[in-house]
Amino acid sequence: MGFSLQQLSFEHSNGTPALSQVSLVASAGECIAIIGPSGSGKTTLLNILATALKPTHGNAEILEANPWNLSKASLRKLRSAIGLVHQAPPIPLRQRVITAILAGRLGQWPLWKSILSLIYPVDIPGPQSCLERLDLSDKLFDRCDCLSGGQLQRVGVARVMYQEPQLILADEPVSAMDPVLSDLTISVLIAETKKRNATLVSSLHAVDIALRWFPRIVGIRDGQVMFDLPASQVSEVILKDLYASELGGLPTQLNKATL
Amino acid sequence: MAICILWPMLQLAQFEPMLLIDPNNTKVMGDFLVQFIPPNIQLEFLSLVLKATVETLAMATAGIALAMIIAVPLGLIISYSLSISRIGPTSDHQLAQFVRFIARTLMLVLRGIPEIVWALLLVRVFGLGPIAGVLAIAITYGGMLAKVYSEILESGNTLPARALILSGSGRVASFLYGLLPNSAQELASYTIYRWECAVRASVVMGFVGAGGLGQLMDQSMKMLNGGEVSTILIVFLGLVLLADYISLVIRKQLV
Amino acid sequence: MSAQISIQPARQFCLKCLLMLLIISGLTISSFIYLSLNPADLFTFQAMKNMAEFIGRFFPPDLSADFLEKIWQGILQTLAISALATLIAAVISILISLPVSGRFGPIAKWLSRFFCNFLRSVPELVWAALMVLAVGLGPFAGTLALTLHTMGVLGRLFGETLENNPIASSNALVLSGSGRVASFLYGTLPSIAPQLLSYSLYRWEMNIRMATILGFVGAGGLGQMLYYELSLLREAQASTVIIAMLLLVVLVDAISAKLRRIQMHNLG
Repeated sequence: MGFSLQQLSFEHSNGTPALSQVSLVASAGECIAIIGPSGSGKTTLLNILATALKPTHGNAEILEANPWNLSKASLRKLRSAIGLVHQAPPIPLRQRVITAILAGRLGQWPLWKSILSLIYPVDIPGPQSCLERLDLSDKLFDRCDCLSGGQLQRVGVARVMYQEPQLILADEPVSAMDPVLSDLTISVLIAETKKRNATLVSSLHAVDIALRWFPRIVGIRDGQVMFDLPASQVSEVILKDLYASELGGLPTQLNKATL
Repeated sequence: MAICILWPMLQLAQFEPMLLIDPNNTKVMGDFLVQFIPPNIQLEFLSLVLKATVETLAMATAGIALAMIIAVPLGLIISYSLSISRIGPTSDHQLAQFVRFIARTLMLVLRGIPEIVWALLLVRVFGLGPIAGVLAIAITYGGMLAKVYSEILESGNTLPARALILSGSGRVASFLYGLLPNSAQELASYTIYRWECAVRASVVMGFVGAGGLGQLMDQSMKMLNGGEVSTILIVFLGLVLLADYISLVIRKQLV
Repeated sequence: MSAQISIQPARQFCLKCLLMLLIISGLTISSFIYLSLNPADLFTFQAMKNMAEFIGRFFPPDLSADFLEKIWQGILQTLAISALATLIAAVISILISLPVSGRFGPIAKWLSRFFCNFLRSVPELVWAALMVLAVGLGPFAGTLALTLHTMGVLGRLFGETLENNPIASSNALVLSGSGRVASFLYGTLPSIAPQLLSYSLYRWEMNIRMATILGFVGAGGLGQMLYYELSLLREAQASTVIIAMLLLVVLVDAISAKLRRIQMHNLG
């Protein structure tokens, strides 16, 4: 399983290039962190992996399938095996946490089950255990507009966990969390990946988190891959190069000013 | 210049203030008004009024229920293709446009003809009584609700629904979990407001034979029975206040 | 232990929603039962056939020249009724707005508000039926009815606008010796006039719609024509009247939307 991107390029509809000649291959069980300055194309890359965007040039094979050659039904099946954690969780605020989490399996449930779950949740222990691992179990029946930014982000992570995907994508999943919670969340994501032998790709703003938790780091800048190395080989020099234009040095957990 | 417009207007409207003080008319009107006080509170009549009131409320409620049965699919069709194509790419674009056009035109006709006209027509088909009123409300209010439902849904934020499509959800499910939750309160609130309007409309439609308080009032007026008319008027005003109150209470619960 | 804690809120969360839903559906179903109305009956084959036959009689509409002439007169009469009624009501409402806004003291305020509420709560059609009793069949009854109802609506609206208007400009005039009414006319009125005009125009638009149906109780306009044609079972003519009503409403809608866009454009 895993994925394989070959010479991928993506241009926005107004012609500005977002990614050029990106090649990236990952196999099942891998955990990859993507780092780079703001606007470097991290989100675009994750969106292509999530099959939300179609690359303008190049090949992509995700979970052993080419998403853009599939029928509607097969694409749906593929997508239900891909989970995307958004930076700003796209959850209707008036919804309850439990419904928001259950929505993760909509791709796997028949329609009648989805409708039934709106009236009374068909599965309570499932979402509950996801929230417990993220230290949020007391919020199970609260409304989402009663949560802080960090709590809402964790609900987004819980949803993806409940979905049990083969490919976990995370777009700055801990941007609104304090250091302790960030570590907890990342550790949970990685544990989840290992448990099911899935693949994890996470973009991160804070470099120290990436280096601490992920065995493989990919640096992107201006839409191109600058390096793709094991964490141990990523040196200060390489990092400084990557973030050359960022004022104030490297972004870490503690100096989120550059966010 | 104002006179130029005013004069023909007055002619057209057959504006004859003199009629107000014409002795024939004043006698009839005077006798009628004098009977207003005291209002008729005979038990027999009051029980008739109570029955008519319940009938009016039942008409309004049944009418709105049927209106929703029309409006929900109609509104969804109109906003579905728009919302769904905003949520994810669709291949049946042409068909969707055509269906939306038909639905929009249908809605316009349903709304454009006043409910009382529908009532008048339906009385010819189904006879006197509340059925005509219920259907008239269902038709016109169905159109109105459909329009407002589609507007509320179209202005919603599609990001949550689009995210659900990315995780493999079908379009209907992602609509229910992603788009509906934030719009649900507005949708329910407007529906309850329309129910309140339906109560008033039910009374008015009684004048063309659709049952309820209106029909009772029409009969009493035709017999120039001032006492009965004043009772019914008072009950009607009370009913409007009651409906207003109920609507407020339910809408508070929705928040 | 954590399982116990979480099941309770679940019940709580569903109970309130479920209860309200049950009550509303219960009332709705009982409404149908009370009226002995079974929705399924409406869609039986016979019922549909009756409907189709009925609708069929309406086509083709009568488009003969002299009937169209009558329709044109009907439209003009409807417009005249609505315009006159709105005009008279607006003028009187300016006077009513004074006590409604509280300028003549709290008692006058309460009384005038009650009066306006009464006028607006009674539906226009009921007023029309009453006016037919007072002055006989015809458009005059319709005009009177709309005037009374609109007075209630505009009186309240005008009064609230006046209330929200700073009292300084008319106070200044009072201080320099004008009477209360004069200071109102020269001081306050100019500044609130645009808002009042806007309310009046909006009300006129609604009154056109109303004027088309007041005729059902004999108060003139297209409504009276429709009632007349239907009672003579002349469906072809009736359908022409209905089409005319529809077109009138659509046209008025379109014109007012256009005017509103121009107004927005001028303001912005």
